[in-house]
Amino acid sequence: MSKGRFGEFGGQYISETLMNELIKLEEAYEHYKNDPEFNAELTKLLNEYAGRPSLLYYAEKMTKDLGGAKIYLKREDLNHTGSHKINNVLGQALLAKKMGKTRLIAETGAGQHGVATATAAALLGMECEIFMGKEDTVRQALNVYRMELLGAKVNAVTTGTMTLKDAVNDAMREWSNRCDDTHYCLGSVMGPHPFPTIVRDFQSVISKEAREQILAIEGKLPAAVLACVGGGSNAIGTFYNFINDEGVELIGCEAGGKGVDTPETAATMATGTLGIFHGMKSYFCQDEYGQIAPVYSISAGLDYPGVGPEHAYLRDSGRAKYVPITDDEAVEAFEYLSKVEGIIPAIESSHAIAQVMKIAKNYSPDQSIICCVSGRGDKDVAAIARYRGVDLHD
Amino acid sequence: MINKIAKAFENPNKKAFIAFITAGDPDADSTVKFILEMAKAGADLIEVGIPFSDPTAEGVVIQEANIRSLANGMTTDGAFDIVRRVRETCDIPICFMTYANPVYHYGYDRFFTKCEELGVDGIIVPDMPYEEKAEMEGPANAHNVSVISMIAPTSESRIQMIAKEANGFIYVVSSMGVTGVRSEIKTDIDSIVKSIKEVTDVPCAIGFGISKPEQAADMASKADGAIVGSAIVRIVAEHGKDSAPYLYDYVKSMKDAVANV
Repeated sequence: MSKGRFGEFGGQYISETLMNELIKLEEAYEHYKNDPEFNAELTKLLNEYAGRPSLLYYAEKMTKDLGGAKIYLKREDLNHTGSHKINNVLGQALLAKKMGKTRLIAETGAGQHGVATATAAALLGMECEIFMGKEDTVRQALNVYRMELLGAKVNAVTTGTMTLKDAVNDAMREWSNRCDDTHYCLGSVMGPHPFPTIVRDFQSVISKEAREQILAIEGKLPAAVLACVGGGSNAIGTFYNFINDEGVELIGCEAGGKGVDTPETAATMATGTLGIFHGMKSYFCQDEYGQIAPVYSISAGLDYPGVGPEHAYLRDSGRAKYVPITDDEAVEAFEYLSKVEGIIPAIESSHAIAQVMKIAKNYSPDQSIICCVSGRGDKDVAAIARYRGVDLHD
Repeated sequence: MINKIAKAFENPNKKAFIAFITAGDPDADSTVKFILEMAKAGADLIEVGIPFSDPTAEGVVIQEANIRSLANGMTTDGAFDIVRRVRETCDIPICFMTYANPVYHYGYDRFFTKCEELGVDGIIVPDMPYEEKAEMEGPANAHNVSVISMIAPTSESRIQMIAKEANGFIYVVSSMGVTGVRSEIKTDIDSIVKSIKEVTDVPCAIGFGISKPEQAADMASKADGAIVGSAIVRIVAEHGKDSAPYLYDYVKSMKDAVANV
């Protein structure tokens, strides 16, 4: 079995042109992850620029309203740039800079990872180019302009379904065209090794903090930890330091779209089968001939036909469970958290909130659950208004 | 069944010309006709592309051919049927070119059993590098199908490691990036081929970016053959079902160019 495996999942299914680049990246990462100077620099960026540690907020009104477990929200939405994406991006950008790279490229779905990458590039003085499906540039026009403000060039991808998967395709094509000065700042725990490991390590700061915070507040571990899952970066970050805590349930919430019994879904765990795509062996939504399916979700960030290999492993080993949440449920949760707690969550994160709303009452008040609010929802306001039939004018 | 790839490279005085075509673009009947026409025009080996929804190693021309072909209903079984019909009259060496997922999903053993039955000699899978090839190569070799190794401009220290285990032929990628027509090829092909030849007798063919007879002659002079994909697919995109005579003329001009270097 090749490197970078989580059980049978993972691997390096990528063109020969990129193999030496991946090997160099792995070597650089293995070196710098133990380098005190690198870690000091990264910690400084995370704390003084991105605003870490993020709060673990006790959602008291929500807790009372739902009845059952005490609900804690891990506020990744409060990070600079408004989502968890900055954790990974600062790590990778710093690593790329140490490797002598002068240019960052990245894919983006909702635009959160693109904004984070453009931000890190601006801060570290690097060139930046973002690949975004044309469909998503329309859904998330504000984030396109935001990336341009930050000095990035945004390429609207017009192939395939014109969403996240196609953005990844074009970012990979661009990287294989130009890798000597360019680092592909992959935004999720997917792709070929070493990306699933690097991104997980940089995102694991979420659960490192959350675990310390909950122990300090509650004096014991939570009963459950929840996060939304597209590729799975905020989820793996939220789960990682709880994986060895056997009593803690890990629940990933994927995009059910219009329902897992319809073709308009992006619920890979519920509907996908084993396959090889985007550099990894994992579960994918695909047809009987292994053609990747055109997936759908109201959330551009979860609108991806695969899932990171470590999640596939956590699911099959029984350590984590994954549930689909429909568009309707996510929109209700989006509105609920806004009204009850005064927190407008990203539509992605709303998938996890929706599951909290379903299960909170199954626990007793002396138990707690942690839900990651992976991003803030400002970017989604126009889309939710449209979903509710409200016509917004500037 | 004897693996026929060696036949494509057997004449030491004439370099090989390898032609790629996407199965089912614009339809299966046309692909059968085009393969036979290109064989008649002197192609030494045909690469038949099984379309994939997300061909990440392809440039725009072949991406669009994949989309057209899938939209027209082409499938892996459809591609097998094209080969079956070609084999009724023609024994030109044939390799499939596709991505890991269609083969993996079909089932390696089932896929290569069919290849053997129909006389498919090799398979080229751009997202199956040296480190991952074992899972496919075992079942492929058991059915006498060669998994073609690719070597890229960035392979450097990996060249000889890959070449030592290569069989069929070695696909030398001329340029960075994806497939597609290029006006200039800057890679130092000579040193890559020299490094390969130090460790293996498996023939080398150069692909990516070649479209003109002069380019093909230049590339073939540095190795054992030249591979052309996008330029052929572009002819099909332009002329559709009526492409056969254009393909004949083009392939003949390219074969003449590489045969005389």
